[in-house]
Amino acid sequence: MNRRSLRGRKTRDLAVRTLSALAACVGIFALGWILWVVIQRGAAAINWEMFVKSVTPPGVAGGGVGNALLGSAMLVGVAALFGVPVGILAGVYLAEFGRHTRLGAMVRFSANVMMGIPSIIVGLFVFALIVAPMQHYSGWAGAVALAILMVPVVSRTTEDMLALVPNSLRESALALGAPRWKATVQVVFRAAKAGLLTGVLLAVARVSGETAPLLFTSLNSPYWPQSLNGPTANLTVTIFNCAMSPYPDWQRLAWGASLIVTVGVLALNVSSRFMLKRGSGD
Amino acid sequence: MTRSLRGRTGGAQRADALFRALAAGCAVLILAVMAAFFVRLVLSAELSIRHFGWKFFATTNWDPNALEFGALSSIYGTLASTVIAMAIATPLSLAIALFLTEMAHPAVAKVAGNAIELLAAIPSIIFGMWGLFVFAPFMAAHVEPVLAKTWNAVPLLNLIPLFRGTPRGIDLLTSGVILALMVLPFISSVMRDVFLMVPAVVKESAYGMGATTWEVTRRVTVRYGVYGLVGACFLGLGRAIGETMAVTFVIGNSHRISASLLDPATSIASTLANEFAEASDPLYLSSLVQLGLVLFLIAFALQVVAHLWLKRVAKSMGTL
Repeated sequence: MNRRSLRGRKTRDLAVRTLSALAACVGIFALGWILWVVIQRGAAAINWEMFVKSVTPPGVAGGGVGNALLGSAMLVGVAALFGVPVGILAGVYLAEFGRHTRLGAMVRFSANVMMGIPSIIVGLFVFALIVAPMQHYSGWAGAVALAILMVPVVSRTTEDMLALVPNSLRESALALGAPRWKATVQVVFRAAKAGLLTGVLLAVARVSGETAPLLFTSLNSPYWPQSLNGPTANLTVTIFNCAMSPYPDWQRLAWGASLIVTVGVLALNVSSRFMLKRGSGD
Repeated sequence: MTRSLRGRTGGAQRADALFRALAAGCAVLILAVMAAFFVRLVLSAELSIRHFGWKFFATTNWDPNALEFGALSSIYGTLASTVIAMAIATPLSLAIALFLTEMAHPAVAKVAGNAIELLAAIPSIIFGMWGLFVFAPFMAAHVEPVLAKTWNAVPLLNLIPLFRGTPRGIDLLTSGVILALMVLPFISSVMRDVFLMVPAVVKESAYGMGATTWEVTRRVTVRYGVYGLVGACFLGLGRAIGETMAVTFVIGNSHRISASLLDPATSIASTLANEFAEASDPLYLSSLVQLGLVLFLIAFALQVVAHLWLKRVAKSMGTL
């Protein structure tokens, strides 16, 4: 099959092996480099004030991103409040009722497509839908944008996790006379608990690091958030504004906030994976 | 039990119908939101669509003061940065997927695979911070001068002004490289799945003939999974084209089209990120929404093609 010498073929094989290992190293090196920079510069910026003070005007030393941290938590919390139930119920429909229906296939497909729509477009959509008619930026709009990003993620993982639950469990519950909703909520959900939680955590992790959908929905604010009715401070847009500013004080805040966001998002991500592994190991 | 059986089943049936309707309602909501994207964006872009017509796509002039808006520079920057990203990310992802499935010891593959997936979890704004403060200066100091020197020293090649101008790091090239790092985990993870779909028997029979790992890979695994690999690239393309924050930090936000990769440019997403909150004139806003609509349509088409394609591949490969 091959006219070349065995030696030549083996050398070529070794070369490709080395190249592929190098490629993997490039990816791992990039990860390490980014994490190193964020930890190094973030740690230098972080102190107690970072968490309890709000962003100061440029030139005023000190200050922190406490207001943005609280605002981000509020936005993500409200988004989860909207997005998680809708996502889980949609996932229930896909797995329990509409598995082989045309509607199910359409919803599944558009959820997949929606996951790949650029998040800035979601921000643009919510701007046109909510901000423009109300004529002011608001935290609510930001939360809705984040919720729209969460729903497809939650629904697709929910569907996948419910599909793993053996049918015999459903049948036993139904045979005992349990109505369908009870069988789903009390039996199927319980069996898929770890998986469902994984989906929710992954979705929360994903939106916690999002900036683009908040840029023209919740905007940003230098003040402590009182409600979600007006522009609401949040970590990611604060990073963007501070990093693009020429003030060293603000850039320091941006690095501190970057460390907080990175640690938060990666911790959520890793713990969700860990949970999935433990859940499937049982 | 005090309630009659009939009362109980009647209640349960009603509750069941309600539960089912609720679930179906949430599912339909996903479809409705998807449709609303189209309608809402088209409505908000209408002013600009009527005002500029097709000229919108043919002019590079982007002047908020004169209310003249042309999308060409943003579209060019989006496509150029995506092309650079894909040119880097596709071979790298292929090599990584091969490393993880065929070459590496399973223990090594597990650790390396997790690390690469973690790269996908890093928020885009963090890539932006790293890009602006660390990677762009690095490119300007160490990579771009060398590239420009080598390229411009080669006869014929130096006639193509790909690396002209002062390397500042804030340019198309840096944006493309950072984009490549961001889509790399997505592409390589789909490619890895494709390789895992190749039946072991097919590979083993090639090994049995005395083929080396590379020969099996090139002639059997890649050939068997080639459609899946193409689908993986489409998926990565869809991600790269709309990536916002990381690009916004390093692309330089200039509406001038230049052939040199060392010049600043702008992409649709970064134009939106930079200018939207400051746009007050209705026509300005509408033009920005129309830009967004263009990006949405491209990303939507890419996603639809990629998913339809991958679905067909999975079906033909006998899984799913």
